[in-house]
Amino acid sequence: MDTNDSLRVASLWHSMHAISQQLSPTVGCSGIELLEADTFDLHCFQSLTGTKFFVVCEPGTQHMEVLLTVIYELYTDYVLKNPFYEMEMPIRCELFDINLTQAIQKDRVALLGR
Amino acid sequence: MVLVSLSAFAFLFSELVQYNQTQVDNISELERRLEDAGYAVGARVLELLCHREKGNRKETRLLGILSFVHSTVWKVLFGKLTLEKGTEHEDEYMSSEKELLVNRFISIPKDMGTFNCGAFVAGIVRGVLDGAGFPAVVTAHFVPMDGQQRPRTTILIKFAEEVLRREARLGCDYFTDLVKAIIATAVDVKYKFLL
Repeated sequence: MDTNDSLRVASLWHSMHAISQQLSPTVGCSGIELLEADTFDLHCFQSLTGTKFFVVCEPGTQHMEVLLTVIYELYTDYVLKNPFYEMEMPIRCELFDINLTQAIQKDRVALLGR
Repeated sequence: MVLVSLSAFAFLFSELVQYNQTQVDNISELERRLEDAGYAVGARVLELLCHREKGNRKETRLLGILSFVHSTVWKVLFGKLTLEKGTEHEDEYMSSEKELLVNRFISIPKDMGTFNCGAFVAGIVRGVLDGAGFPAVVTAHFVPMDGQQRPRTTILIKFAEEVLRREARLGCDYFTDLVKAIIATAVDVKYKFLL
């Protein structure tokens, strides 16, 4: 999936998330956290500032919420503390990419180990 | 000893870099500004550490000031020691670090070439050396290592001519050369007195 597709999915998700928050029958709802479909699952994590992190995975994958919190921590470290990152732009930080792949590899090993 | 949050420092340093970026037109100017900021820190650190750690003793020899920088200053500022390396040239000294503390969360974009925010640390070292009477040019470089994703950082110190000449005069034999040095500096650098 290239950059344009990711941006398209992200903007689609952002609007859907906002609409779902308004339409929700439960009181004090903060938006969609999990979307289950036939071929994929979409887990979403929202930070206190409203920045949303979502991951698309195989149906039934475990521990995605933990992965999302780890990704959020990596974001605050390697993206927000980087003076060369402009807010709202696509993330092009080398350290973020390296640590992200490491976190996912570790996760994959942990999942296969069971 | 008071501990400061690493995140707080990282945000502050990031803001320092961003502010300077808005003030300059090119990368070398940005590097120079970071170095000047570090220079101010270095001058103050020297005064503080001389009083606090060394009991107001002044370093006069090159190796003395180098070991002071690489152990005491580094320990106080970054909490650890750095690896020292000699070089081919007599006036150049290097210290190597896996990753500078200031660079820990920073990813340099590809279009900025060889720019290194470690210029701030180079400025600190230059401030300390200048204040102690050892004028030098200090720079920070990325050195790519085989088998490692992230390059190591090297701080290169190149001392000025007068430091080397003074060091040669102070030489190996302390007392006679010390007397020679006192006489020589009073008159002129070129003449050597045979005692």
